Amino acid sequence: MLEFLFGKLNYITYIFLMMVGFYAMMAKRNLVKKLIGLNIFQWSIILYFICIGAKRGGTIPIVEGGHGATHVIHALQYVNPLPHVLMLTAIVVGVGTTGVSLAILLMIYKKYKTLEEDEILGRMK
Amino acid sequence: MNFYQLPFPITIVFVPLLVCFLIPVFGWWKRTVCYPMVVTAVSISFISSLGIATRVLQQGPVQYFMGGWQPPWGIEFYIDHLNAVMAVLVTFISLLVVIFSKKSVEKELPEKELPFYCLFLLLFTGLIGIVVTGDMFNLYVFLEIASLSTYALIATGEGRAAYSAFKYVILGTVGACFYLLGVGYLYMATGSLNMADLAGILPSLYGSKVVITAFIFIMVGVAIKMALFPLHIWLPDAYTYAPSAVSSFVAPLMTKVGAYVFIRILFKVFKPEFFMGVLHATDIMLWFGIFAILFGGIMALSQTDFKKMLCYIIVAEIGYIIGGIGVANPTAVKGAIFHILNDAVMATCLFMVAGMIMYKTKGHGISDFKAAFVKMPYTTVIFIAGALAVIGVPPTCGFFSKWYLLLGGIEAGQWAFVAALLICTLITIALFFKVIDQGLYIHAFKDASEQMETHQEIRSDDAPLMMLIPGFIIAAAIFLIGIFNQPILRGIIEFAVPKGLGG
Repeated sequence: MLEFLFGKLNYITYIFLMMVGFYAMMAKRNLVKKLIGLNIFQWSIILYFICIGAKRGGTIPIVEGGHGATHVIHALQYVNPLPHVLMLTAIVVGVGTTGVSLAILLMIYKKYKTLEEDEILGRMK
Repeated sequence: MNFYQLPFPITIVFVPLLVCFLIPVFGWWKRTVCYPMVVTAVSISFISSLGIATRVLQQGPVQYFMGGWQPPWGIEFYIDHLNAVMAVLVTFISLLVVIFSKKSVEKELPEKELPFYCLFLLLFTGLIGIVVTGDMFNLYVFLEIASLSTYALIATGEGRAAYSAFKYVILGTVGACFYLLGVGYLYMATGSLNMADLAGILPSLYGSKVVITAFIFIMVGVAIKMALFPLHIWLPDAYTYAPSAVSSFVAPLMTKVGAYVFIRILFKVFKPEFFMGVLHATDIMLWFGIFAILFGGIMALSQTDFKKMLCYIIVAEIGYIIGGIGVANPTAVKGAIFHILNDAVMATCLFMVAGMIMYKTKGHGISDFKAAFVKMPYTTVIFIAGALAVIGVPPTCGFFSKWYLLLGGIEAGQWAFVAALLICTLITIALFFKVIDQGLYIHAFKDASEQMETHQEIRSDDAPLMMLIPGFIIAAAIFLIGIFNQPILRGIIEFAVPKGLGG
């Protein structure tokens, strides 16, 4: 059991973070808190992608000695860079989402003078 | 270089993307040049999509490798029959909406044309990118480009638009994250992101729990994006309060492109042996479809707002598509794919009518249709075409897709689905008669005595020509797709139906 916990600690962390974000999005009544929950949710997935690429004692996927090298580094030896590169894009998307939602929150605040969901729903009627 | 060798898969995506970033620069110099630039960019995309479509019809699927990198390492644009018809659909509707939006944006978003058209092109790039790409992660990026610009566009609307846009941000991002997580699981299991490559690797892994989890995550994520009941809650408010130019573009296309992604991943990445043999996912889809149809229909019946009513109709139409896939025999799947096409066209038509009514009356309730048939005769013609198509009256396109869905349901013995379809058809008749009743001449007066006293003619006061022309083209398209349904079904949609379905 302990071996399982520590062996897969990174995956357990990502699931835990994801649930924290999920909880914040569903249960919190303040819109900014919802947005923070959304961010935690997104970053947990980024953590997951980083995990699947990482490797203990791995090397970089560049052939030693340049093009004249006689051997190719085996896939087992290097850290897969692709998930990390994908996450650069996902981080950009995440920042974009945060920016757009903050702008929308500003609009909501200007209109209703509050960011509490209950009060907004009350003022809509 | 002849016409067929032009790099259409590139121009279709990158011309609008480039122009989108040029607009703020040129707009700063001269405001009036922007609109022609937008029209040109969308037209180039439209012509490119026609070029691709003819190439696909003559020579089979078209591939384009980004930067010359061969798949599965590089990003690939892969266009087969299903993509080609979707690309033509998206660009065609976009072109019409661009023409339509000129007057509507001037009225509803004064002084904000520049940001509107900038976001519009970004959204267009995202939608068309989703359609042409053959790479799972690339699809995620385009999906988020489209979604982010949609959030911003919806927030510019009236009333509670900003709040509903925020709701949409939360749910839409959760959907996209689920999709991304699913792609991550697939990558972990196979080491590939290319759809065709995945389809080759996956069959040996169908028993794997990782692949099953990935499938579920991707499907739920896409279901949020396409507003499948019960994940539709963001849709009605967001599309109702958006400016009419936005809703007539986003409402038909965003959900339909979501449905396209659903079908694409279901049929091209996974195979029927997996989702029917291993998971029995089609039974679940069938029931979600049935509930979506009934719920959408009943909720639409209780609305007093015309646009909100259309939104619930869209929820029901998504139910038709998913239910049709759930029936899982070739006839119903053919109907479901055809229905994506038809529903996009009908929804554009009706949302354009909502835009025209909004332009004249500043409202979009059913009560704003008062005497609209007398005041706005041309708008009425367009409205009737759209209404007939949604109800499913024979010469229109809506009839034929419903016909195939019904036939498929009867062949498979799925009587609940058949019943839901028929009930929803009856409900749509009631819905549109409610609107038609409001539009009649008699409602121009408080009661009959006033009508006798005044004796005056109601002056015709129709929407401007710039709005009517795209409306008429889309109304004509409704009938033309209906009349030429056999060539479309035999020549294009037949190829999109996977082998190995039952029946």
